Amino acid sequence: MRRRSLVIATASTALVVAAIVLLVPLAPGWERVQKAFFNGEVFWKTFPGLVKAFLVDIMIFAWCAPMIAVLGLVIALARDARSPALFPLRLFGMVYNDVFRGVPVILVIYLVGFGIPGLGLPRPWNSPYIWGTVAVVLTYSAYVAEVYRTGIESIHESQRAAATSLGLSHWDVMRFVILPQAIRRVIPANMNLLIALQKDVALLSFIGPVEVLRQAGVYKSLLANFTPYLGAALIFLAVTVPATRWVDRMIARQNAARS
Amino acid sequence: MAKLSVRDVWKSFGAHEVLRGLSLEIDKGQMVCLIGASGSGKSTLLRCLNLLEPVDDGEILLDGQDITDPDLDPQPVRQRIGMVFQSFNLFPHMTAVENVLLAPRRIRRKRREELLPEAEALFARFGLVDRMGHYPDQLSGGQQQRVAIIRALAMRPEVMLFDEVTSALDPALVGEVLDVLRALKAEGMTMVLATHEMAFAREAADKICFLDEGRILEEGPPSAIFGAPREDRTRGFLARVL
Repeated sequence: MRRRSLVIATASTALVVAAIVLLVPLAPGWERVQKAFFNGEVFWKTFPGLVKAFLVDIMIFAWCAPMIAVLGLVIALARDARSPALFPLRLFGMVYNDVFRGVPVILVIYLVGFGIPGLGLPRPWNSPYIWGTVAVVLTYSAYVAEVYRTGIESIHESQRAAATSLGLSHWDVMRFVILPQAIRRVIPANMNLLIALQKDVALLSFIGPVEVLRQAGVYKSLLANFTPYLGAALIFLAVTVPATRWVDRMIARQNAARS
Repeated sequence: MAKLSVRDVWKSFGAHEVLRGLSLEIDKGQMVCLIGASGSGKSTLLRCLNLLEPVDDGEILLDGQDITDPDLDPQPVRQRIGMVFQSFNLFPHMTAVENVLLAPRRIRRKRREELLPEAEALFARFGLVDRMGHYPDQLSGGQQQRVAIIRALAMRPEVMLFDEVTSALDPALVGEVLDVLRALKAEGMTMVLATHEMAFAREAADKICFLDEGRILEEGPPSAIFGAPREDRTRGFLARVL
C-alpha cells in the first residue's frame, strides 16, 4: 500500500515538473523573463555581495530577538496583572497589543523610522538602525506577548492554587511555578514568530539600512536585471526552510510527549 | 480556645450559594473529617480556610485572630496552614526535593544547603529518600501525594488541610497515604480532611462533620455519626456510601 502511494506520488510529481519545464518556455515572453530573472552570469556576480548584505539582516535579527523576548514577556505580565490597583497596567497591555497587532509592520517602521529622527535628533541617535529596530521590536513584542499569555493561561489553575497555598507571593508563584512551565510550552509558537521576524527584518531596508533586499535592489538598478532578487530569495529560503522544518519537528515531538 | 474557628461563613460563586452560614470549631491536635455528597461545600470550606477563596460573610479565627480581614496580608496565614490537594498539584518542572524546598527557600530566605537536612529528614520519614531527585511524572500517584504532603509540611504549618487526598489514587496506593495521615495525627498535628474514606474517618477522626447544602447538618464523634446519626439526610448519605 505504502509502496503504491510512493509510486503515484513520484509519477505525479515528475509529470508536473515536466509540464512546467516543457510548457513555460513556450510562453511568448519566456525569453525576456529568462534573461531578466534567471541570468546565471548576473547571479554569480551578485550572489557574494548579497550574502554579505544578508549579514546585516542577521545582525539586526540577532539584537531584535532577545529584546522582543523580554519586552513581550513584560507586556504579557502586564496583561496578567490581577490586582485592581494594577488595572492601568493591564489596560496599557491591552491597548498596546491592539495597536501593534492592528497596524502593518511596514507602517510602524515608516512612522517610527522617519518620524522620530525627524524630531531633529543628533547623530548617532537618528540612525535608521536604532529606530527600525524599535519599530520591529514594538510590533513583534505584541505578538510574542500574546503567545506568552496563551502559555500562561494554559497552566492549570491548580498549579497556582498549590503554590499560593504554600504562602508564596503572587510574583514568586509566577516566576517559579507558572512562567517556567508556560514559556517551555510556547517555545514552538515563538519559534514560528522568530522565523517571520527573520523575513520582516528585510523591511528595514525601506528606511535606509543596506541589507540583502536593498542590496539586491541596488544590483538590479546597476545591472538592469532582476536576478539579484532571486538570489536574495534563495538566501532567505536557505535559512527559513531548515528553521521551519526544525520547529515542525519540535512541535510534533511536543505533541507526542503530551499524548 | 479553638485552634480554628469558623463562624457563620457564607460563600457564593455567582448565583450559586456553596457555603450557607457554616460554623465549625477545631481544637488543637484534633483531626476533623468533613463528609458529605459532592457539591456539599467540603472543598470550598477548605479553600476558604486557606484563603484561596475569600469568604462573602462571616469570620474565620486562627488562634483567635480573624484571618478573613481584608486588610490582613494572607501570605503569613497561608504559611501557617498547609494544604494538600486531590490531584497532588506538584510542580512538574521540578524534582521532588525542589518542590519541597521552593517555599522554604523563598519565604524563610535560607539557602538550599541549610534547608536540605530538614527536607531530607521528611523524605526519610515517609520512605521517599531515594525519590528526592525524581520528577513528579517519574513517581507513582501515592508517592506524588506523599511528596505533596512533605511539601506542605516543609513550611512547618500549625494546621493541615487535606482535600480528598486519596480520591485520585489507585486503591492499592490509598493505604500508604492514609498511613502518613495517621502518623501526622499521632504527633499532634491539627488536621481538617474532606474525605470519602469512611472507614478511615471512622477509625482515625476525633470529630466527623456531615455537610449538607453548605451547612454542617450534624457533627459529633465517629461513633455517634456512624453509629447513631440523628438526621435523616445523614442516614441517607451514609446508606449510600457505606
